[in-house]
Amino acid sequence: MDPEQLKYNPSHEWVAVSDDQVATVGITDFAVKQLTDLVFMALPELGTQVTAGEEFGEVESVKAVSPLYSPVTGEVVEVHSELVDNMDALSEDPFGEGWLIKVRVADGAAALDGLLDHASYLKQCSEV
Amino acid sequence: MAYLFNTDEDVRQMLDTIGAASIDELFAAIPRSMQMAEPLAIPPAMSELELTQQVQALAGKNRGVTQDVCFLGGGAYDHFIPAVVDHLASRGEYYTSYTPYQPEVSQGNLQVMFEYETLICQLTGMDVSNASLYDGASATIEAVLLALASRPKCKRVVVPENLHPEYRQVLETYLQWTDFELTTVACPSGGVPLDAWQAELDETVGCVVLSQPNFFGVVEDLGPAAEAAKQHGAVVVAVADMISLGLLASPGQWGADIVVGEGQALGNPLQYGGPYLGIMACRSEFVRRMPGRIAGQTEDRHGNRCWVLTLQTREQHIRREKATSNICTNQGLFALRAAIYLALQGPQGMRETAEHCAWKAQYLMDRLTSHDRFELAFSGSSWREFAIRDKAGAVPELLHEARQHGLQAGLELGTWYPSLQDCVLIAVTEKRTRAELDRLADVFIHAPQAKELANA
Amino acid sequence: MRNQQASQLLFELAAPGRRANLLPECDVPTGDLGQRYPAGALREQPPELPELSEGDVVRHFTNLSTLNMSVDTHFYPLGSCTMKYNPKRNERLASLPGIVDLHPLQPDSASQGILELLYEVQGYFAEISGLPSVSLQPAAGAHGELTALMAAAAYYRDRGEQRSKVLVPDSAHGTNPASASMVGFKSIMIRSRADGSVDMDALREHVDEQTAVFMITNPSTLGLFENQISEIADLVHQAGGLIYLDGANMNAILGIARPGDFGADMMHYNPHKTFSGPHGGGGPGAGPICVRDFLDPYLPVPRVAKGPEGFYLDSNHPQSIGRVRSFQGNIGVLVRAYCYIRAYGATGLKDVSRHAVLNANYLLAKLKHLLPVPMGDRCMHEFVASAQQLKKDRGITAMDLAKRLLDFGFHAPTVYFPLTVPEAIMIEPTETESKETMDAFVDAIESILEEPAEQLQTAPQSTMVTRPDEVKAARQPRMRWTASH
Repeated sequence: MDPEQLKYNPSHEWVAVSDDQVATVGITDFAVKQLTDLVFMALPELGTQVTAGEEFGEVESVKAVSPLYSPVTGEVVEVHSELVDNMDALSEDPFGEGWLIKVRVADGAAALDGLLDHASYLKQCSEV
Repeated sequence: MAYLFNTDEDVRQMLDTIGAASIDELFAAIPRSMQMAEPLAIPPAMSELELTQQVQALAGKNRGVTQDVCFLGGGAYDHFIPAVVDHLASRGEYYTSYTPYQPEVSQGNLQVMFEYETLICQLTGMDVSNASLYDGASATIEAVLLALASRPKCKRVVVPENLHPEYRQVLETYLQWTDFELTTVACPSGGVPLDAWQAELDETVGCVVLSQPNFFGVVEDLGPAAEAAKQHGAVVVAVADMISLGLLASPGQWGADIVVGEGQALGNPLQYGGPYLGIMACRSEFVRRMPGRIAGQTEDRHGNRCWVLTLQTREQHIRREKATSNICTNQGLFALRAAIYLALQGPQGMRETAEHCAWKAQYLMDRLTSHDRFELAFSGSSWREFAIRDKAGAVPELLHEARQHGLQAGLELGTWYPSLQDCVLIAVTEKRTRAELDRLADVFIHAPQAKELANA
Repeated sequence: MRNQQASQLLFELAAPGRRANLLPECDVPTGDLGQRYPAGALREQPPELPELSEGDVVRHFTNLSTLNMSVDTHFYPLGSCTMKYNPKRNERLASLPGIVDLHPLQPDSASQGILELLYEVQGYFAEISGLPSVSLQPAAGAHGELTALMAAAAYYRDRGEQRSKVLVPDSAHGTNPASASMVGFKSIMIRSRADGSVDMDALREHVDEQTAVFMITNPSTLGLFENQISEIADLVHQAGGLIYLDGANMNAILGIARPGDFGADMMHYNPHKTFSGPHGGGGPGAGPICVRDFLDPYLPVPRVAKGPEGFYLDSNHPQSIGRVRSFQGNIGVLVRAYCYIRAYGATGLKDVSRHAVLNANYLLAKLKHLLPVPMGDRCMHEFVASAQQLKKDRGITAMDLAKRLLDFGFHAPTVYFPLTVPEAIMIEPTETESKETMDAFVDAIESILEEPAEQLQTAPQSTMVTRPDEVKAARQPRMRWTASH
C-alpha cells in the first residue's frame, strides 16, 4: 500500500478501503519504531464486531503493552494471525505484509471521514 | 542496638555532609503535629538470649507434629522433609536475595525458577508453569479468573461440594465483587455425581473446578466430569495434590486445562498454615494471561544460554488496572524447596512415597472398619486420606481421647459439612509407622462411646 | 573456580537409575494398586522427573546460589524493596519445633503459644500504625491491598452506598490499580506535581460521591513525605471516601508518625521489608492489614482473638468479607516480624527509621553532585536520581549505569520506577548499611561516570552472563526444559 493514499488514526493505525467495502487495518512505521522490539500481538477473532475509536487488540513489546484502536466500524472478515509468529514483518513492511485485520464496513469510503490524511498524520508525528 | 552500625562519630560526620544539625531535622517534612509525642507502646528491646528464651517459651505452649503423631490433613500434610532441603534453602544467597530484576546477578534464582517450572510441568502434564503463587486456595481463584478471562461471555463457575471448603470460601470472597456466579454441586456419596453435575452445565458456564483427590480423600476417574464441561466449552481447572501425582494420572491426562494445587507437601514445613506454595500450570493457550512470574530461556550478548523473567507484559507493573491479577511476587524460597525436594525424590521416590501413603492409609482403614463402630463415610477409592464414620456419633470425644494418647487423630468433618458431624477425616502420610497406625486404631476402637461418657 | 556444571540443568545432570532419597521398607501389607483404583485414575509410568544422586543435588543448588547477589553477600540498594539485613536469630527461632511443625488445623488448645505470639504481633502492628483492627491473613502486600479494598467495598455495600472509583497517584505501585480492578472499582490516575506531591487541584477534580478510596503511598515512592496528607484526608473523608495507605515505605516512620494519626483508614505492612522477614528470592512475604474500628466487622476470618479460656481462632464475624486464602496467614513471616520487633523494642524501632533516613540523606548528599536528584535535597528513607541528562549528553541510560554497578560488586538500584521520573534510579540504602559501604558505592559511581560510555553500554563484564536477550525470550518463549533442547 502507498502510505500517501491511506487514512490514519491519531493513535497510529492506518486504514484503506477497497471497492468491495473491505477495510484493511495496520499500524504505521512510526508506531512500530516507537514501540521497539515488538514481541506479541493480540488480534480479534474472525466475526468480531469492531467499533471506530474502540480497542480491537493489543501489541506488546518486552516491557510495554499498547492498545490498538479501530479506525472503522464493522465485522472482522480476515485476521492476519500468522503475524504473531513473524513479528519482523511488522517492522519490515508495516504498510504491506504487516497488515493486521480486514473489516467489512457498511458505509464504504464514507467510513473514513474524520480520519487524518497522510500529511496531517506526518505533521502530528513530527510534533511528538 | 540490635542491627544498627552507625557510631556516634559516623552520625556526626554524616550530618555534616548532609548539612543538618540533627537527625530530627531530617524529619522536618513531617509536620510536627503529625509526629508522635510519646514512644510506641511496645516492650523494650531484648537481647538475642532473652528473645530466644521468650520464643522458646511460646513454642513450648504448642504441641506440633514432632510431639503428637499427626493424622491431620485437609490441605496441609505432614510429609518427610529431607535434610538437604533445609540445608540448601538456608543459604543466604537464596533467602536474602530478591526478585531477579537484574538477571546477570540472579542467574541462580532464575535457573531454579526455570527448573521448578519444568518439574511442575512434568508432574502435572501441563505445557507451562508459573514460578508459583501464594497458596493452593489463591492459586485456585487465580485459575478461575484466568479461565473466565478466556470466556468473556460466560457468567458461571461450577464446582463440586467436595472441593476444599476453604478454597470454595476464597472463590466466594473474590467473586462477590464480580458478575460471576458460583454454583456448588452436592456430593452425597463423596465423588462428583455425574448426572447432577451435567445438569448444572450449559453454555453460560465459563469454568469448572475439579479436585483429585477431593477434600474427602476420594480418588475417582474425573475424565467424564471434565469431558462434560468441555462439551459446553467450559475451561477445566484441576486442583491436584502434588504428592499423589507420583501415582495418579496427571490432570493433563484426564482433561484439565489449568492445574493448580497446594505445594506445601513438596518439602515445605507446616508452620501453622503458611507461607505455602501456590502451584499453577496450564496449557500453552492460557499463558499470555497467566498471573505470576515466569522464567524463560534465552541467550546473552555472547550467545550463552541463560534465563530471564519473561512475558512480563502480563504483569501489573506494566498493565496496571488491566493486568490479569494484582500478584507481583512468587513464593521463591518455597518453589526452591519444592524443586530441591523433587530433584531428591525423582520419579521412583515420588512413586514410592505415594504408594506408601496408599498402603498405610489402607491398613488403618481396614483396622478401623473391622470394628462395628466404624464405617467408611464414602464408597469410592481413596489414597492418603479418608473419612470414617463413628456410628456412636462421638467424634469430639474420640479426638479428645486420642489426644490423651499423643495422637492428633483427624479433623471433624462437621466443621465444614453439618451433615457429616459423625465423620472424621484422617490423613496417613509415608511418615506414619505401623505402630502408630495400630495405636490410633486401638485408641479409637477402645474409646468410650458418648453414652458411656455421659453415664460415667 | 568457575564450575561449568553449575549452569547445567538438573535434567541434563540426570542419569537413569540414580537415586537420592530412599524410603524405608513399607511396614504394612501391600498389593496390586490397579485393583484399588478406577480405570484411568492411575499413571501408567512414573512422572518424568530427573534422576539424581544426593551429591549432585547439593552441588548443583550450592553452585547455583553463588550466581545470585544477596543481602548477605552484597550491598543491595534496591529502592522501594527495603533490602535490609535479615537477622539470623529470626531464622532459627522461626524454625523451632513448636513453631515450624504446627498443623494449621490443629486444635487451639494445642496452639496457645503461637496464637499468643500472633495476638501480640497483631497488637504491635496496631500500635505502630495507629489503626486498631488487624488481619494477619493476606499473603503479600498486594494481597493486603486487595483485602482492604474488599473490606471497604463491603462497608459501602452495608451502608447502601454505590461508590465506583478508586483514586491512585501516578507514582503508585502497579498493584494499586490492579487490586482496585479485582474488586470491581474503576481506577482514576491522579497526577503528581513536579516535586512529587499530589496535585490537589487534580485530586479535587476527581473526589466526589463516587469516590470509594484514595490509595496513597506515604512516604511516597519518590522517598518524600506527603505533607498535604491531612488536607487530602479531609477532602476524601468529607466526600465520604476512605484513605488507603500503601505501607511499602513504613521503614521511614516507625515510631515517628502513625498512618492512623495522619488520616489513613486502612493500610498494609510489608513485613518482609519493614520487619526484615527475608525476601526469599521473590517471596514469601506477608501483607497484614490494619483498619479503623468501623471497618473491623469486614476483615477476613479467621482472626486471632483472646477469650476467657485463652487464645483462639475466631470465625464468628457475620459481616466479614470471608476468607482470602487458606488457613491463617503467612505465619512464618509473622513470627520473624515478632522477633524483629521484640529485638528492637519501642526505642529501637524509632532508631531504625532514624538511621534509615540518615543513611538515605547521607547517600543523597554525596550522590547529588554526580547524578541529579530532581525531587529535592532531602528525602526520607530513599530517593530517586535521574540519568536523563546523562542519556542526553553521553548516551548512557539508567540501565547502563545499573549494569556497570554490578561489575563493581553492588546490586543495582531500582531503575525506571517510579514512572514519573525519566531514567529513574531509585536508591534505598536501609539502616543496616555502614557509612563505609555507602562511601564505596559513591566512589564506584564516581569512577563509572569517568569511564568511556562504551564501558557502561557493554556492562556487566564480570558476570557469568551479560545482557540477556529479552526480546528473544518473549518472542519464542521457552518456559520449560524438554528432552530435545
